[in-house]
Amino acid sequence: MKFTLSWLKTHLDTDASVERISTALSQIGLEVEGVEDRAAALGAFRIAHVVEAKQHPNADRLRVCRVDGGDGRILNVVCGAPNARTGMKAVVALPGAFIPGTGITLKAGAIRGEASEAMLLSAREMGLGEDHSGIVDLPEDAPVGVPYVTWAGLDDPVIEIAVTPNRGDALSVRGIARDLAAAGLGTLKPWSAPAVPASHASPLRWVTETPACPFVLGRHFRGVTNGPSPEWLRRRLESIGLRPISALVDITNFFTFDIGRPLHVFDAGKLSGGTLTMRQGRGETFAGLHGRDVTATEADTVIADASGALALAGIVGGESTGCSEATTEVFLEVALFDPVAIANSGRRLGTQTDARYRFERGIDAGLMEAATEAATRMILDLCGGEASEVVRAGGEPAWHRTATLRLARLASFGGHDVPPDEVVRILDRLGFRATARDAEKLVVAVPSWRNDCAGEPDPQAEYDLIEEVLRIIGLDTITPAPMPPLTDADGRARTVPAVAVTPAMGRAIAARRVLAGRGMVEAVSFSFMPRATAQLFGGGDDARMLANPIASDLDAMRPSIIPNLAAAAARNAARGLAEVALFETGPVFSGGESGEQTLAATGLRAGASPRHWAAPARSPDAMDAKADALAVLSALGMNLDAVQVTADAPAWFHPGRSGTLRFGPKTILGTFGELHPRVLAALDLPGPVAAFELDLLGVPEPKKKRRGNPSLSAFQPLVRDFAFVVAEDVAADAVLRAAKGAERVLIESVALFDVFRGPAIGEGKKSLAIAVTLQPRERTLTEAEIDAVGQKVIAAVAKATGAVLRG
Amino acid sequence: MTDDLATFEAETLARIATAADLAALDAVRVAALGKNGTLTALMKGLGAVAADERKARGAALNAAKDALAAAIEARRAGLANTALDAKLAAERLDVTLPVRPEVPGLIHIISRTVEEITAIFGAMGFTVAEGPDIEDDWKNFGALNIPEHHPARQDHDTFYLPGRTVDGREKVLRTHTSPVQIRSMTGGPPPIRVIAPGRTYRADHDATHSPMFHQVEGLAIDRAITLAHLKGCLVDFLRAFFGIAQLPVRFRSSYFPFTEPSMEVDIGWNRRTGELGAGGDWLEILGSGMVHPKVLLNCGIDHREWQGFAFGMGIERVAMLKHGLTDLRPFYDSDLRWLRATGFRPEDVASTATGIA
Repeated sequence: MKFTLSWLKTHLDTDASVERISTALSQIGLEVEGVEDRAAALGAFRIAHVVEAKQHPNADRLRVCRVDGGDGRILNVVCGAPNARTGMKAVVALPGAFIPGTGITLKAGAIRGEASEAMLLSAREMGLGEDHSGIVDLPEDAPVGVPYVTWAGLDDPVIEIAVTPNRGDALSVRGIARDLAAAGLGTLKPWSAPAVPASHASPLRWVTETPACPFVLGRHFRGVTNGPSPEWLRRRLESIGLRPISALVDITNFFTFDIGRPLHVFDAGKLSGGTLTMRQGRGETFAGLHGRDVTATEADTVIADASGALALAGIVGGESTGCSEATTEVFLEVALFDPVAIANSGRRLGTQTDARYRFERGIDAGLMEAATEAATRMILDLCGGEASEVVRAGGEPAWHRTATLRLARLASFGGHDVPPDEVVRILDRLGFRATARDAEKLVVAVPSWRNDCAGEPDPQAEYDLIEEVLRIIGLDTITPAPMPPLTDADGRARTVPAVAVTPAMGRAIAARRVLAGRGMVEAVSFSFMPRATAQLFGGGDDARMLANPIASDLDAMRPSIIPNLAAAAARNAARGLAEVALFETGPVFSGGESGEQTLAATGLRAGASPRHWAAPARSPDAMDAKADALAVLSALGMNLDAVQVTADAPAWFHPGRSGTLRFGPKTILGTFGELHPRVLAALDLPGPVAAFELDLLGVPEPKKKRRGNPSLSAFQPLVRDFAFVVAEDVAADAVLRAAKGAERVLIESVALFDVFRGPAIGEGKKSLAIAVTLQPRERTLTEAEIDAVGQKVIAAVAKATGAVLRG
Repeated sequence: MTDDLATFEAETLARIATAADLAALDAVRVAALGKNGTLTALMKGLGAVAADERKARGAALNAAKDALAAAIEARRAGLANTALDAKLAAERLDVTLPVRPEVPGLIHIISRTVEEITAIFGAMGFTVAEGPDIEDDWKNFGALNIPEHHPARQDHDTFYLPGRTVDGREKVLRTHTSPVQIRSMTGGPPPIRVIAPGRTYRADHDATHSPMFHQVEGLAIDRAITLAHLKGCLVDFLRAFFGIAQLPVRFRSSYFPFTEPSMEVDIGWNRRTGELGAGGDWLEILGSGMVHPKVLLNCGIDHREWQGFAFGMGIERVAMLKHGLTDLRPFYDSDLRWLRATGFRPEDVASTATGIA
C-alpha cells in the first residue's frame, strides 16, 4: 500500500516529519517497506538564473557561466552542456551536495584554468530520468532560489507499507491516518458525506441472489461528461503508481485507496434491461477490464444484466460495459462481498486487483451509504450531470458488536500497566467507543471497519483489545522481564534446568561428533530427490511422491540419505575434489504418512586418499564403512559384542562386500558396504564408494548403571596365538565368538591378526590367525592351566566352525 | 714397589683414556683387572708382602683397582654415548616432512547453530520437542487458527503429498515448525516450555529461499507468562546468541494468525557493512507473539487459566547473520570447499558453560 504525505494530510492533521511517521507506522504494525523522499534527496538543488554564459577561453566545448542561485552570490560555473546560454533558468548544485546520477559529492575546483564553484544539472544527474542531452532548461518564470523539486511538485514523499492480512482497514489512507492519530501523531480530520438529493428515479435496480453478496447499493447518473480528471486527482493517482484513465474510473480508484472502498462504474447506456443481478456464474465467458477473458463458474459471483454475465463481482469489471470518453449515463456499484468467496474466486481465476485485495481482507460494512454519497458528490463535481435515488438489494449485515476489556487482564497478559484513561483514549481514537466503564473494565463498541476484531462472546474479543492498546502504546515501552524459573512438582523454583535435548537429538549430536572426529564432513541435503534415484534405494513409490514438486528432480521423499551424499560426492569429484568423506543426520521416509520416517545417520566415503610419502593411497572399502558405523554405535552406548553382522545388505550394495548390523533377532541397526557398481553407474559416480546408514531410533537405549570400580588384575596378561584352517565360507566372526566363549573367566579378548590363503592351506580354505589374551585374576597361571585353556579354545572353534588347528 | 704401582696405574689410565672403542677398552680392562691381569696378580702376591707393610700395600692396591674400574666405567659410558650419537645422527629425519594425512571432519553450520540455540534456551528451562516432517493440514494450519481460505495459507507455498490421512485431512510437508506447538499442547498439560528445531518446506527456490530450510519454534505456556517475559526471553537469547551484550532489540507489532498480540523482532545492525549491534539500522530476525486463545482452545487448554508466548525463527537466517554469509543455496549443496570454510570442529561443543558465540 502506497500513499503520499500530502494525501495522508488530507485525513490527518499533523506536523510530524516523514521519519517520525515512518518509525511510528512500523511500530504499530504497518511496516514501512520504503520511503521515497525526493525533497530530502534533491532538496539542495535550487532553481538558478544563468546571468551570463560565455565561451571558455581554453576549451572549445565548455562555457563559463555566471550563475545566480538566489542566495545573493554570483557563482562562476564551468559547464559542458551545449544548451547553456545567457538568461536561461537552470538547476544548480553547490559544493557538498551529493549528485545521485553520478554518485559523487560535488567539490569546488577549477576546469582548464577557470574556477568552477558549482554545477548546473541535467535531469539524469538529479536521478530524474535519462535525459542528459543538456542541463535542465526551465521556463522563464521559474522562481530563482526555490528548490527544484518543490517547484516541480516532486517533493511529496511516497511511503509504502506492508499491510498484514488482518488489517483490511489499513488498505486506505484514512485507515492509516486513524492509526497514526491513535499513536499520537496528529488528529484525524472529520470525514462525512452529506446526502446528495435525487433528481430522478433510477432506471436500474439491483437484485442479489447469492450469499456472496449480502448487500449492494447503486445509483444512476445522467448527463455526465467523462473526460480527463483534474490535475490534483491525476497527480494523486500517479504519485502512488496508478495510471489516470478518465474521471469516472479515476474516481473509483481514488475511493479504493482513500477510504478503502472499491467501487465500480458501468456505462449505463451499454446495459440491457432494468435489472442488475448478483448471482453465481453459469460458465459464461466475457472480456474483463484487465484485458483477459473470464469464464465464471458456479463458484464465482458475477454481475449480470438481461444479456448475461458482465463482470466478475468484487474482482474485475467487464470490458463491454466499461466507461469511456463517450459515456453520458453511469451506474455506480457499491457492494459488499463475502471475503472467502472473493478470495477463492480470485485465486482460482488467477486474477489480482486492488478491489479483490480489499474485498478478500474485508471492507467497512458500515460505510456503504456514506461512500455512495461521497462518490456521488465527486462524480457530479468532476463530470456534471445529475444523480438518481439510491437503489439497494440485500441489507447491511449485522456488524454491531461489543467487547470488554478488563484492566487487570491487560496488565496480567501484557506484563505492563497502562493508565485506564490512556486505554480509553487509545481505543476511542481507533474508533472503539466506550459504552460502559468502571474501575475494573471497559466495554466498547467495535467499529465497522475492524473486521479483525471480534465481539463477545468470541474468546478472542478481549485479546483483540489488548493487542490494540499494546501496539499503539508501542511494544518497546514494555519492560522485558527475565524468564521465571520452572518449578518442581512440589512448587519449588528450579534454577538448574532439565536436560534440553531429546534422546533422538542427543543421538544425532553424538553421531555427528563421532563422524566428524573420524574425518568426515557433515552435509545437509534436501529431504527429497529424483524419483528414479529414490527407486534405486527402495523408494519412489506413489505414496512418497510430492503432489506438487518444485522441480522434477526434487519430487520423491528420500528413502535413504546415501543417494544424496553420492550425488554430492559426484559433484565434488567433478570439481576436482576426489577424496570425499561426507555424512548427514536427518530424516528418511519409509512411507507417505505422518510419522513414517526415522532419523538416520549416514556416511559415505569415495575416492582414493591422496598420495603421501608415508601412507600409500587407498580407496575406501566396506571395512571403512563398517568402522564408521560401529564407531557411532559405540558412541551411542552399544556394547559392540552384542552387535551381529550378517552378509545380507539391501540391493543397492555390492552383494559380496556389504552387511547388515543387527541387535537381537528383530532389530536392524543399519547397513554398510560398498555401493553396487550398477547403482554407481546410474549415479554417474566412479567407484569404489563405501557407505553406511544407521537408524538412530533403532539403537537400544543404553542401560543406566553406575560405573563402579573397575576390576584391575595385579597379574600380567599373556597372549597365545592360534591359526585355524576353515572353509572359505566360514565367517571370521564365528571363529572369534567361539574362541571368546571358550573360557569365560580367563579369556579377556580375542583378536584376528591374519587371514591367509594359499596352496599350503588348500583350495576353498583359509587360515585365520587369532591372538587370545588371557588375564589371570587370582594368581599366576601354570603352564598346565594355560594349555587347558588353549585346548578349550581349539575345541570350541572346531565345534562351531569345523576348524582345524593349523600344524 | 709403590712407585711401580703408581706407574702402572698412570699407564693404565692413559690406555683407558685413549681406548678408541669398547673392544680396546675391554682389552685394557682384561690386561689390568682380568683373571690374569697385572693388578689381579699384584693382589694375589699380597700374601708375600711383609706383615707390617701388608695393610698399607693392600689399601694402595684396592685404591688403584677402584680408580681403574671407575675410569674404565667412565670411558665406557663416554664411548657408548659417542656410539649412540653416531647412530642417532645416521637416523636423522627431515622433520619438515609433512605428517601422515589426517583429514579433519567438521560439523555443518546448521547443526552447530541448532546446538547453540538449544544450549541458550536450555539454560532458560526450555527442552526440545520434535514432530514429523509430514503433517496433516490441521496441525500445520487449522489448529493454528489458519482456516482453509485464510490469506496466510496462500503465502506458505505448501508442498502436498498425495491422498489423505485416515481422518480425511490433507497431507503436507510442514511449512513451519509450529505444528510441534500443537503436538506439545495436545500431548500433555501445561506448564510447557519447549523449543522445536527442525526441517521445514516451502515451494520456493532462489537466492534467499530454499524449498527446504530450518526453523526453531519456541513455546512457553504457564499461568503467568506475560508479554514482558516474551521480550525478556528473546532479548536474552539474541544477545547470548550473537555474543553482543548490548545488542539493540526492537519489537514491532505485526500479525500472525496463531498469536495475539503478534510482533516482529528486529536487531540493530549496519545495513552497509553488515556489522551487528551498531549502525542505526534495523533488521527483522524473527516473529513472535502471545499464543492466540483459539490456538489454546484448539488444543484443549483453557485460555483463562493458561497463557504464554510462541516464536519462530529461521535457523539459516540467524546463522547467516552471525557468520556473515549472504547466499542460502550453498547450505544444501554439499560443496566440500564451502563446508570446510564454514564448518565447526567436533570438539567445539556449544555450551553456555564454555561459551556460545
